[in-house]
Amino acid sequence: MSKATQTGYAGSFIPHTEAERAEMLRTIGAAEVSQLFAGIPAKARYPKLNLPEPLTEMEVRGEMESIAAANDSTYDLVSFLGAGAYSHYIPSGVDSILRRGEYYTAYTPYQPEISQGTLQAIFEYQSLIVALTGMEVSNASHYDGATALAEAVNMARVIQRGARKKVILSPGLHPQYRATVHTYEHGSDIQLLGEDLGLSAGPEALIELIDEDTSLVAVAYPDFFGRIYDYTALAEAVHAKGALLAVSVNPTALGLLRPPGEFGADIVTGEGQPLGIPLSFGGPYLGILATRQEYVRSLAGRLVGETLDNRGQRGYVLTLSTREQHIKREKASSNICTNQGLMMLAATVYTSLLGKQGLRQVAESCYHKAHYAAGQIGKLTGFSLPFAETPFFHEFVIKGPLPAAELNRRLLERGIIGGYALGEDYPGLEDCNLLAVTEVNSKEEIDFLIESLKEVTRA
Amino acid sequence: MPELIYDLGAPGRRGVQFPAPDVPLAELPQAHLRRDLPLPEVGELEALRHYTRLSQLNHSILTGFYPLGSCTMKYNPVINEDTARLSGFAYAHPLQPTSMVQGSLAIMYHLQEWLAEITGMAASSLQPAAGAHGELAGVMMIRAYHQQRGDAKRNKILIPDSAHGTNPATSAMSGYRVVEVPSDGRGNVDLAALKAECDDTLAGLMLTNPNTLGLFEEQVVEAIEAVHAAGGLVYGDGANMNALLGVCRPGDLGFDVIHLNLHKTFTTPHGGGGPGSGPVCVAQHLADFLPGPIAGIAQQVSESEAPEYDWVMPQHSIGRLKAFHGQFGMHVRAFTYILMQGAEGLKAVAEHAVLNANYLKARLEGAYKVAYDRPCMHEVVLEGRWADAPDVHALDISKRLMDYGFHPPTNYFPLIVREALMIEPTETEDKATLDAFAEAMLKIAEEAHNEPETLRNAPHTTKFGRMDEVKAARQLVLCCEIRPQSTVNS
Repeated sequence: MSKATQTGYAGSFIPHTEAERAEMLRTIGAAEVSQLFAGIPAKARYPKLNLPEPLTEMEVRGEMESIAAANDSTYDLVSFLGAGAYSHYIPSGVDSILRRGEYYTAYTPYQPEISQGTLQAIFEYQSLIVALTGMEVSNASHYDGATALAEAVNMARVIQRGARKKVILSPGLHPQYRATVHTYEHGSDIQLLGEDLGLSAGPEALIELIDEDTSLVAVAYPDFFGRIYDYTALAEAVHAKGALLAVSVNPTALGLLRPPGEFGADIVTGEGQPLGIPLSFGGPYLGILATRQEYVRSLAGRLVGETLDNRGQRGYVLTLSTREQHIKREKASSNICTNQGLMMLAATVYTSLLGKQGLRQVAESCYHKAHYAAGQIGKLTGFSLPFAETPFFHEFVIKGPLPAAELNRRLLERGIIGGYALGEDYPGLEDCNLLAVTEVNSKEEIDFLIESLKEVTRA
Repeated sequence: MPELIYDLGAPGRRGVQFPAPDVPLAELPQAHLRRDLPLPEVGELEALRHYTRLSQLNHSILTGFYPLGSCTMKYNPVINEDTARLSGFAYAHPLQPTSMVQGSLAIMYHLQEWLAEITGMAASSLQPAAGAHGELAGVMMIRAYHQQRGDAKRNKILIPDSAHGTNPATSAMSGYRVVEVPSDGRGNVDLAALKAECDDTLAGLMLTNPNTLGLFEEQVVEAIEAVHAAGGLVYGDGANMNALLGVCRPGDLGFDVIHLNLHKTFTTPHGGGGPGSGPVCVAQHLADFLPGPIAGIAQQVSESEAPEYDWVMPQHSIGRLKAFHGQFGMHVRAFTYILMQGAEGLKAVAEHAVLNANYLKARLEGAYKVAYDRPCMHEVVLEGRWADAPDVHALDISKRLMDYGFHPPTNYFPLIVREALMIEPTETEDKATLDAFAEAMLKIAEEAHNEPETLRNAPHTTKFGRMDEVKAARQLVLCCEIRPQSTVNS
């Protein structure tokens, strides 16, 4: 292992020569750098760190390649795993923009005169999310789909000034999103209801839980099991009691399905990963958070608005920052300080490149392929589709003759990443798998899955 | 003035083609279909030219010096961008069985260990998505710790008046009462005022060290001991950890929990505002409360073989803070960076970050008032005001810097310094760049006295001038006017 000792110091990316360092110290009036740290208690100064010896770029690339090669990813195998993170084709143009240093090495656009690139991209992102969701305002993005839902719960509390204490979570919301809400709300006076409802019950079952103390009802669209419900009646019931409706969306599905703004959603949250963001083992992803104009002042996160500069040119700035922590400190509605800037940019470029026709085409392709796969699996001996009576998008549940984890293990021996085994999150569904099929899955892959399911369950 | 993406294109145009479905078509769910999808209709070149041109309107680290205090805008090595995109990482699904993703788990496990080692802590979790999210994790752990001990009456958190706004916002989110502690004449937290609040209702102290004045807290050990003696815990805001890498470990000073900003200290890109990544590191007595699951070792057959990694849920975990496993792509980048530094390299980072800040301080003091005049750490806070130039403000100095090709420092923060200019050069800038910046600052100090109008109207040479922020807030326009196209598919 070699040290980069060119400048007399280990470590990379430090440009100082010995002569420059000496001259700088003279200017400062210090004999050596360590004098600058004299304020640190001596016993805690210069600890010995147990870290690997440093590598050069050439060495580190080899090392990282070998660690990455220890993964068997969806790049190497056929995959039908979704459950909140989806394989989609990402056009080359998306990453070509993301790798521009002008974007990825800038920070939050505090200085609008020299940040119009980021600011206008955010403004366009906000516009695209408004168009997709049918809402009126989108923020500049949130961490991910789970935290966006947790912020929706918080937002409802802010809008209603804490007067209502019940939040109804549909059991069809992603289990990890619900877990995140539980973490955020631990110790608060909010009561979380609804998660133990039967999975076959539709939105009607949620309606029965709504009362005058209900703050928010949150549902997924499509839900965790891929099902598409019409939430119009639910929205009416929610509003009749003065509560708010949050809808957690998959943006690919919105290429095809009615936008939540049309059936009465007050807050739309969602996971934006399907919009041009790689799986990347779960992150960084993109939290979608949109609402109606009347609630804009209760919306968490950055917002970009249009204005004019002092030369009369149209330009963009961060706006309504009086909602935020750096102004309101402990009275802010959220502590969020960043957004998912680069992932927001990926979604913006992806959605622009696909556009009106492309996103619809991808959504339809997912739909057709998933329905072909479901139809074929439904015909297999020993298999059934427990929720097939409800329309679904690109994900569906299969019940097989084996425990789901065992079925997946056998599929893996054939090079197939099966679905998501549901038993751990949903007791009683130990024989059930959630499968996702998208435009990247060819008919050949689907047929291979069908054949493999037959073979691995043959008695 | 660039056009908006919605102003470009033509009906029917598209940027990318997808193959037609190779399966029999299913019937679409007619009742659920949207009538219209009002998205842009642009070609590939048109879209890429648009976003390339927009990029050219940004100042960025790769295009110029970016001394934005408290943000550690250092060089983001391009090798990080390559390693994060290796197919084994980029195509790994977060819910794959752990036997298939041992590479990802190895990255996370070692990064957890290294960050704990660097901060002098016992354990860490990579789950928090950003610094503020890490703060939330930290304060929730403090709350869980007291609750588990049945210590229910602790309801307040102490926060110095120099702290980032996220600190009080986080405490309030966790249900705590925030008590602000003043700073003393040397820019330290006022120890007497702190001690006066150390009673049996104290849950903890949130302390940034070095603080936002760029100063090492001279009585940090005494402050921590006072909080501990009252039964409270101390949270470290690791935003300024770049000053301490390999030089001082917060755990050795007595901190109980600290978050790190991978996008500051460990060179993951700031991305125009994110994604951040805010791992949280804790002392042994908080290890069971970490947000989870975290990466752990299930079994190791022998020293010579790689262990088998698996997910572990800490026994009294505060729970899950987001879906999946944190900002994994950022973990890969930070891992790459640490591998290239080693212990000596990290120490060199802190030393040169502090050297650069003190060099700028030495070059600028005299022309500018240094808010607290003692050796600074990684950043220096100046006052952007002069008694004999009453019309000039920190904002004007900031805007004028743009004319000289520099990104302004953080301004008007910390709140306790009037007309604050917070300058953080970082270790990756060379002397010539610092000198050019210093020359510009000295020139501006002259201009402030001789031609204040030049400053008040700045910037002059940028493509955009000062924005009307009042108009933006009063006449809210938060998205393009999206033309209804209801004729399609209706």
